[in-house]
Amino acid sequence: MPAVEATAIVARVPVRAPTLPAHPLHRLTLDNGLRVVLAPDSTAPVVAVAVYYDVGMRSEPMGRTGFAHLFEHVMFQGSAHLPKLEHARQVQGSGGVFNGSTHLDYTNYFEVLPAGALERALFCEADRMAAPLLTQETIDNQIDVVKEEIRVNVLNRPYGAFPWLQLPEVLYDTFANTHNGYGDFVDLESATADDAAQFFDSYYAPGNAVLAVGGDFGVEQATEWVSRYFGRVIARSTPVRPPFGEPALTEDRHAEVIDPLATTPALAIGWRVPDPVNDLDAYLPYVVLSELMSDSDASRLEQRLIHRDHLAISQAMYLGLFGDPFDARNATGLMFQAHHASQTSAAQLITAVEDELASVASGGVGDAELARVQARIAAQLLRQADPVLGRTQSFAAGELIHGRAEFALELPARLAGVAAESVAAAAAELRAQHKAVLELKPGAGA
Amino acid sequence: MTTETSSELTNGDTSESADMALPPLIEARAGRAPRAVSATLPNGLDTLVVRRPTVPMVEVRLRIPLPAANSATAAATTARGSLMSASMLFGTAQRNQERLANDLAAVGADLSVSADADRLLFSTAVLRTGLSTVLGLLAEVVTSASYPSAEVAAERDRLGQRIAMALTQPAVVARMARSRRLFGDHPYAQTMPDLSVVAGLEAATLRRTHRDRVRPYGATLVVVGDVQPATVVRQATSAFADWVGPARKSRMMPLPDFDPVGITLVDRPGAVQSNVRIGGGAVGRRDPVYAALQLANLIFGGYFSSRLTENLRERNGFTYSPHSGIDNSAAGSTILIDADVASAVTARAVHETWYELGRMALAPVTQDELDSARRYALGTLALSTATQAGLASTLTSLAGQGLSASWLTDYQKAVAGVTIADVQAVSHRYLSVSSLATVVVGDAALVENSLGSLAALRKPG
Repeated sequence: MPAVEATAIVARVPVRAPTLPAHPLHRLTLDNGLRVVLAPDSTAPVVAVAVYYDVGMRSEPMGRTGFAHLFEHVMFQGSAHLPKLEHARQVQGSGGVFNGSTHLDYTNYFEVLPAGALERALFCEADRMAAPLLTQETIDNQIDVVKEEIRVNVLNRPYGAFPWLQLPEVLYDTFANTHNGYGDFVDLESATADDAAQFFDSYYAPGNAVLAVGGDFGVEQATEWVSRYFGRVIARSTPVRPPFGEPALTEDRHAEVIDPLATTPALAIGWRVPDPVNDLDAYLPYVVLSELMSDSDASRLEQRLIHRDHLAISQAMYLGLFGDPFDARNATGLMFQAHHASQTSAAQLITAVEDELASVASGGVGDAELARVQARIAAQLLRQADPVLGRTQSFAAGELIHGRAEFALELPARLAGVAAESVAAAAAELRAQHKAVLELKPGAGA
Repeated sequence: MTTETSSELTNGDTSESADMALPPLIEARAGRAPRAVSATLPNGLDTLVVRRPTVPMVEVRLRIPLPAANSATAAATTARGSLMSASMLFGTAQRNQERLANDLAAVGADLSVSADADRLLFSTAVLRTGLSTVLGLLAEVVTSASYPSAEVAAERDRLGQRIAMALTQPAVVARMARSRRLFGDHPYAQTMPDLSVVAGLEAATLRRTHRDRVRPYGATLVVVGDVQPATVVRQATSAFADWVGPARKSRMMPLPDFDPVGITLVDRPGAVQSNVRIGGGAVGRRDPVYAALQLANLIFGGYFSSRLTENLRERNGFTYSPHSGIDNSAAGSTILIDADVASAVTARAVHETWYELGRMALAPVTQDELDSARRYALGTLALSTATQAGLASTLTSLAGQGLSASWLTDYQKAVAGVTIADVQAVSHRYLSVSSLATVVVGDAALVENSLGSLAALRKPG
């Protein structure tokens, strides 16, 4: 199609990135070390409670792969004053929803409920922080449940957990960074109540956690409830977190896996990126770069791989194994993944991706393109901040990972301030360093 | 388990002071019911706008009915809808694909187009300042999408690859098998476009289908966010002024009857898990017993605190995430029950699911169960409509059945009034094993024998 003139409906002035609505944050630390962030906001009569423990898959000892996630399941199996199933019944029977999830560097538990259920939610979270029921019976039950979770998400489907389970083995070297965070069945099946008690004692101390409360409540009342219910959790020593960073790759790496259920191939590439916490200024350009490369139909890779060269069935480039650039500490990486037809070789795709990075590195990023990417970033941050749970989780993660809940509020301005030259420099750095490539080969007949 | 046996775990704090009792629930102030401003534009487009300035964003949905006329055209309609939705943003009379994508991104938007058996749906969020741009571009797409031949041909190949990939996913295979069992040759049985039909599609066909079917009458525009409704109605009126076309009948044919007897077994050699899928007829949102059925569904398997989760997951460890729910489509509503279970326990899991269905159908639920489900239904409705995106999607879904925002208020009242007897009555009618069809996708060598002891096995249709 020839170049066309756009009509006047498209605004000519660049859109200025709006900021998040102001949320006053209140912070306190209990005597037992629990860090608390309160973010009152009365726009809707709902509240969110999020408890983030500073332990994730990376902290699992050898022989205990998958334990952080298994333990997350067990935390729903009752506590001192709430028998098995009662946590769910209290939250849902109050009109709320709940969940928990296990990440590389933390494990979180959260609920969002009608405002009138806040005290009950705080009671429930405090009860399991103080004393979860860790019996062999419930652990055995949850081992079965987790095995079905792994079967449904990994073993019984093509591309199961690709590439987050397999790429780290190529991109990293240490056990902490490479092991299977879902867990080997052998490790899972041998987990005992003693292991759980020890894990709880080591990592679930109040001083190793952050509590964030957001939504429709009075700060004074919430402070009183938090102090009453969480204040009684006995202080314990907090673990020393070992550094999980790794030196840069010294050569390109390449590996293949055969997926017995897949009929078409897939490709993943990983690059190391700067420390997202201690070198944030160096890290942020990679966030903008990943959006420029891969977000939306207008992005470079969508244009090149999908629309122009028809090399891929789908493509994605993102930071962090799970696609959230701000939920992990060092080491972390920029990931690319694509599904492609068998007629396209992995080499063709790799060349195209590197070409596009080189083009950003040498050709730079124009004002209009940067403005578009910044507008998309602003829109996505605002959209995530609309639900009270999204806001509250970002405050908890900010406090835990970055030491400051305000990080979530400052992020839009920080990202809007990333200059075009920094994005080009990040692309140049990626071209200069070594990468880890993982090819998924189809093992099933087409 | 009791609190006595567990008190030794409380790190020495064994005193049961008064404040260790479960805190009470406080009646929260009621959330504001969404005040929707509705207008029918001169071209017939129904427009629904809600001011919800929680963040400086706007959610936009445009729903256009696209039902198949009958069974004979179902495969063609599904394939065309699928390729149309994938190709619709490849250019307009004024813009090529890249220009359109750039202009959307410039205001923070990422327009998606999807198709199912009932409708086409455009969906995006946009920065507040970019709403008029998005409405203008949306109007440009519906009035002049160009479907360039070369790009459509490439997308047809990509769609074929995506379908082929989807067909290797057990969840997709299971959904298709249940839909065929429940809907026979009704268009709803077509949950995935047929590869051979897709392969035969040409750009000219899409252009013609677009002209015939993408019309303002029967369509609904929903806008929720940091907006002034009167301004949005003016903007939409102006943006969509050139989108015209006569009204046409667009009614989905009614759902057929199905034979609930027997278990359909779809063999998936080597599977390490079985996908159990059960389904049957349900009542829709307009029905007086809809609220009772929703609460019955919750108690049975609709949330974590349900009987199904307690039985299959928390007691037996058969499955990770069992679930039941009510699907509301234009032609009718359906109850759907899903559980992915270990191969070795497949028949036992089906048996336990049937047992829980029988318990619902034959015995009253407890007052505690009803109260919990009621509060959950009301609470989660408030949560899901508290965000711009949630409210926009809810209103769009209601519009698909010709319902307005006031339905939400009526529904809340209905939920508040449901009794144990009401739940018993709808359970007997809609959750009886004898009225539901069961489908299992799994390794037949491992599950056939034991499943056969529960019911006659049927071959997939």
